[in-house]
Amino acid sequence: MIPPISATALSRRYRDQVALDNISLTVEPGTVTGLLGRNGAGKTTLMRIITGQEFPTSGAVRVFGQVPAENDAVLRRMVFVREEQPYPDFRVGQAVRVASWFYPNWSEALAQQLLADFGLPLRRRIRKLSRGMRSAVGITIGLAARAELTLFDEPYAGLDAVARQLFYDRLLADFAEHPRTVVLSTHLIDEAADLLEHVVMLDRGRVVLDAPADDVRGTMVTVSGPANAVEEFVAGRAVWHRQRLGSRASVTVAGPFDFAAQARARALHLSLEPLSLQQLLVHAASLSAEEKVSA
Amino acid sequence: MPSLDEGTPLFVQIAEHLADDIVDGVLAEGERVPSTNELAAFYRINPATAAKGINVLVDEAVLEKRRGIGMFVASGAREQLRERRRKRFAEQYLDPTLAEARRLDIDTDTLVSLIRGSGWHNGGSAE
Repeated sequence: MIPPISATALSRRYRDQVALDNISLTVEPGTVTGLLGRNGAGKTTLMRIITGQEFPTSGAVRVFGQVPAENDAVLRRMVFVREEQPYPDFRVGQAVRVASWFYPNWSEALAQQLLADFGLPLRRRIRKLSRGMRSAVGITIGLAARAELTLFDEPYAGLDAVARQLFYDRLLADFAEHPRTVVLSTHLIDEAADLLEHVVMLDRGRVVLDAPADDVRGTMVTVSGPANAVEEFVAGRAVWHRQRLGSRASVTVAGPFDFAAQARARALHLSLEPLSLQQLLVHAASLSAEEKVSA
Repeated sequence: MPSLDEGTPLFVQIAEHLADDIVDGVLAEGERVPSTNELAAFYRINPATAAKGINVLVDEAVLEKRRGIGMFVASGAREQLRERRRKRFAEQYLDPTLAEARRLDIDTDTLVSLIRGSGWHNGGSAE
């Protein structure tokens, strides 16, 4: 099966700055993939190359097996919603109608439902909308397009927690009924974590993690308690972080821990606390920074 | 919204929640269990994750698929789950209790009297 996205040794440089550094990845069809990373990690550049808006300096990207740039047949199969998406001087209703002409799988019913959900005024000019409402227009188009490949790049600037939850709920519900490939870039990792089937983490233009979300949970665990017991318990595991306060220690190591290990931890009065996806990102970023420094 | 914790894989938690409902009799044998999409919407998780949770219970013959209709609680599922949990009861619930008792020098007789319901209020220390 041809993957919706495959990138091979992809790099993008701007003058003296490296935005993407030799990235290779494949996105499986019918999954929701989280593209995670800090600002400037390369998420937007990667999405712009995937959607044919920018060219790689070297390497290649294929979308449904083809080069996306200036390829109308491929571009109609995907929708890209950016943070602060610019629009022509349209009214809300016009923008939605124009989008409906472009996307072959467009659902007018879903579009109308989302417009009502977000309380968007159809006759208002988009540039007169608040930031959050402009984001809601992008989300409406992105979901109603029902494109085979749906890319959201931090789509919720200015949206409050309630509106974001609405976005997640509508995305999940429509994805369940009409499976497609979704890539969602976000820095609100913990709030989006449960939606993701796969996570790709970028840091300074490089892929530092590319794994099923289920495998990532529990991959790192912080063990804390009496220092001697902690050290004995974590012996033989890769240590990511070590902290000591008097006779107590707190060590973050590679998990997971099975049932027997958990029981042993209790007997030793140790507490085991798995890292959240957000905390994992922070760790992955600091690790790759150390690598850079030592390199 | 039901809470899911960080460390355990989500699909395992979904399977355990369904198993809890079967043990408690909330889901009776022969009853239809929620669909993948219903579970995904309820827990706000990816449908693929919900499907994986259901499959855990199908593999254990706790749930059975009826073609075209959905997933159902298999007959004998409740007793099977209860039996498995009884086996795990000691290590899951008693071991931590005993470990803490040892730490506090609560002897076995005191523990037994605590379990029987006497001396609850003074934590088992001599009156």
